[in-house]
Amino acid sequence: MGQINLTQVTKSFGDVNVIPPLDLQINDGEFVVFVGPSGCGKSTLLRLIAGLEDMTSGTIEIDGTNATSLPPSKRGLAMVFQSYALYPHMSVRKNISFPLKMAKMDQAEQDRRVNHAAKILNLADYIDRRPGQLSGGQRQRVAIGRAIVREPSAFLFDEPLSNLDAALRVGMRMEISELHKELKTTMIYVTHDQVEAMTMADKIVVLQKGNIEQVGSPLELYHKPRNTFVAGFIGSPKMNLIEGPEAAKHNATTIGVRPEHLAVDPNGIWEGRVGVAEHLGSDTFLHVHDTGLMETMTVRQTGDIAVNHGDTIRLSPNMEMIHRFGPDGLRL
Amino acid sequence: MARAVTPRRKAITTAAAWTIGLLLFFPILWTILTSFKTEAEAIASPPSFVFFDWTLENYGVVQDRSGYMKFLWNSIIIAGGSTLLGIIVAVPAAWSMAFVPSARTKDILLWMLSTKMLPAVGVLYPISLVFIKLGILDTRIGLVIVLMLINLPIIVWMLYTYFREIPSEILEAARMDGASLREEIFHVLTPMAVPGIASTLLLNFILAWNEAFWTLNLTAANAAPLTSFIASYSSPEGLFFAKLSAASTMAIAPILILGWFSQKQLVRGLTFGAVK
Repeated sequence: MGQINLTQVTKSFGDVNVIPPLDLQINDGEFVVFVGPSGCGKSTLLRLIAGLEDMTSGTIEIDGTNATSLPPSKRGLAMVFQSYALYPHMSVRKNISFPLKMAKMDQAEQDRRVNHAAKILNLADYIDRRPGQLSGGQRQRVAIGRAIVREPSAFLFDEPLSNLDAALRVGMRMEISELHKELKTTMIYVTHDQVEAMTMADKIVVLQKGNIEQVGSPLELYHKPRNTFVAGFIGSPKMNLIEGPEAAKHNATTIGVRPEHLAVDPNGIWEGRVGVAEHLGSDTFLHVHDTGLMETMTVRQTGDIAVNHGDTIRLSPNMEMIHRFGPDGLRL
Repeated sequence: MARAVTPRRKAITTAAAWTIGLLLFFPILWTILTSFKTEAEAIASPPSFVFFDWTLENYGVVQDRSGYMKFLWNSIIIAGGSTLLGIIVAVPAAWSMAFVPSARTKDILLWMLSTKMLPAVGVLYPISLVFIKLGILDTRIGLVIVLMLINLPIIVWMLYTYFREIPSEILEAARMDGASLREEIFHVLTPMAVPGIASTLLLNFILAWNEAFWTLNLTAANAAPLTSFIASYSSPEGLFFAKLSAASTMAIAPILILGWFSQKQLVRGLTFGAVK
């Protein structure tokens, strides 16, 4: 089980209100990602759920029990930290068995669980080494191993991949996704990387300044962003947000067009000059200036197209894919 | 760019280092040498450096007259006891200041240190009176307590500095792993802080061993440590330099040996955290 309900949760540090009243329901078995720019309160929210920070007000329920005033050790949750937070003076085996030792589990069961975790995470070869002798990816696996042996009701991940290099990050991302499919345990994952959010989540919670901007599946957020913030944050490259007369034509204050919904077209309605053209082979990204609509418009074309710096091009948006937002920034 | 080290520069630096080292060590060396002279040679002018009749006579006299072992034992109990007691009190104090600081933590630390700036003699009377009332004057337990209190600010400061170096995420991980506060301190914090705790122990043992003001003023015959042993040879009636030197050598020898073997640990501990 791993049902977590937050009701009217707030958190202030002194006079600074980091989390305004917030309600959130996380269902059993879900992979929930908290995403947002740095300083949006996503890590604080995770730490509130973990019990590492005290809430200013509100309640948190884990599997139907009020956990508001329970210490972290009694909440039945496991956490993987950004810095891995391994115990440097213990071997990999001792690191992984530490939570079991704290739970006073008998030795045979401890060994069984540690060996099982070592097997699924490919840790067997360096089980007797110290964390200092491991690479970043191996340390991260040990941290995950330490979390899974407890068989917690939910896993909490605090930006677990941000200390890894890009190639390793993609690999670990898939490993964590696979682990979730295998264990079917609730996972709450904090990241500032919207690609991680989109690829891993069942449900994404977009946060800004402690407020939940939108909760939904990755594709819901992509197709129906609730406001201009979510529209700009979800999707890579970022959505082009256009204000002024062009938006007024669509009876909106702001209109949004994703780079992939713009086509280079001799008969296009918008004209601009290409600043930087990024040729990736599979895709071409164009950064277009002087459109009179916005400072730099980003265009994504599949395949390699022969457009270079300084070229003047015409663009036509896919009219069905234009997002309209009102004066308050909300979707119309 | 690395600074060029020419042979000449290296020679000058080496010579300077040796000069300073010898200057600092000379009084100790002289004491040790004097302890092997006769009383007449000890005050001879000009003094002889090494060409004198080496004798162990002073050591024999000093041992016969005063009973070195009793003082040594008192020193070990007082220095060891006050250091251990200090660590037991200081670990939780330093833990709370390092990991759950309040707005006033810095002030508390400074206030604690400020007690070290008070002249000790200023509280000699009150403390003596308290000792008399409690009946612990000239007892080892009394000195253990007073030396623990005297050195506590330094122990707390040192431990606080070491604990600050330990990432709080590791302690949080222990909390998430189900460790109670006691288990967190015992299984995670203390093993990680071992180098720091060891050098704190060493330094405080040395400070307590060398402490003379309180040990001289609060003891008579029973609890007197080696500092009293030395002091008993500096009598105003006559100067027995050779015997005084022999007593001093015997008093400082254990701590010199301890310091020699733990110098690596001490240097590492004292510079710990200075460079991140």
